[in-house]
Amino acid sequence: MSWFNSVGALINLDHPGHFLHWHFIQVSVANALVMTLMVATFVVALLAPFPGRRSRKENR
Amino acid sequence: MTTEIDRQWTTRLRRRAEGKLPPEKLLPDTQPSYVSSWIYVFGVTTLAALMVVIATGCVLAIFGPQWWHTSSFGHFVNSLHLWSVEIFFFAMVIHLWGKFFMASWRGGRTLTWMTGVVTFLTSIATAFTGYASQSNFDSQWITTQAKDGINSTGAGAIFNVLNLGQMLMWHIVLLPLAAVVLTALHVLMVRVKGVVPPFADEKVEAAR
Repeated sequence: MSWFNSVGALINLDHPGHFLHWHFIQVSVANALVMTLMVATFVVALLAPFPGRRSRKENR
Repeated sequence: MTTEIDRQWTTRLRRRAEGKLPPEKLLPDTQPSYVSSWIYVFGVTTLAALMVVIATGCVLAIFGPQWWHTSSFGHFVNSLHLWSVEIFFFAMVIHLWGKFFMASWRGGRTLTWMTGVVTFLTSIATAFTGYASQSNFDSQWITTQAKDGINSTGAGAIFNVLNLGQMLMWHIVLLPLAAVVLTALHVLMVRVKGVVPPFADEKVEAAR
């Protein structure tokens, strides 16, 4: 079995997609996961310190 | 005294371009200190992903659908094309959120914001025609679902999502051309006006 096949075998994709359904909102689990990752990345980008950045106090 | 050479459109255009965008502004050596934040990296991430999208798209165009459906390397390049598009949209939307909350249209940057908005919409259309051009069951499903929506807008008469040839031409010629030209304009506008400062540094920029 090739390396790609072994990685693919970790997640069984041989089934219909899973969906989250709440009132009129319907979203696939895959899309919900991507949206969550985007929001998380956005928050981390705002809060994580940038390498080599000096604080405002140091700049003064 | 104005000479004939001064009145030429080439001379006038060159002088205007040099005035608006001198080399040190086009390719600057330094950036303001506020740019050293992770929220500023998503624009260039989008640009890098776009380059991979274009490069892999060119390879797919050279060898064609039979190759990308049947050979291992074709599958690999096809996957690279898909995943670079995923990264492209992922980074572009975070870039959009960041710029929205910075109100990045401030300081005469309306055109920068608007070119970004139009590029985003063009990219969505490019991605949609890409899904319609896969030539597999997925594209059949997507196009048969989309046709009713498109027809309800009245655009179906000239934009037929069930016409694979038409969707492929839109996907590999017209829309990428528009997306690349708009992206180039957007980047040039950023270079002309500079990166938008945070609200706290706005007065510093205005004083310059």
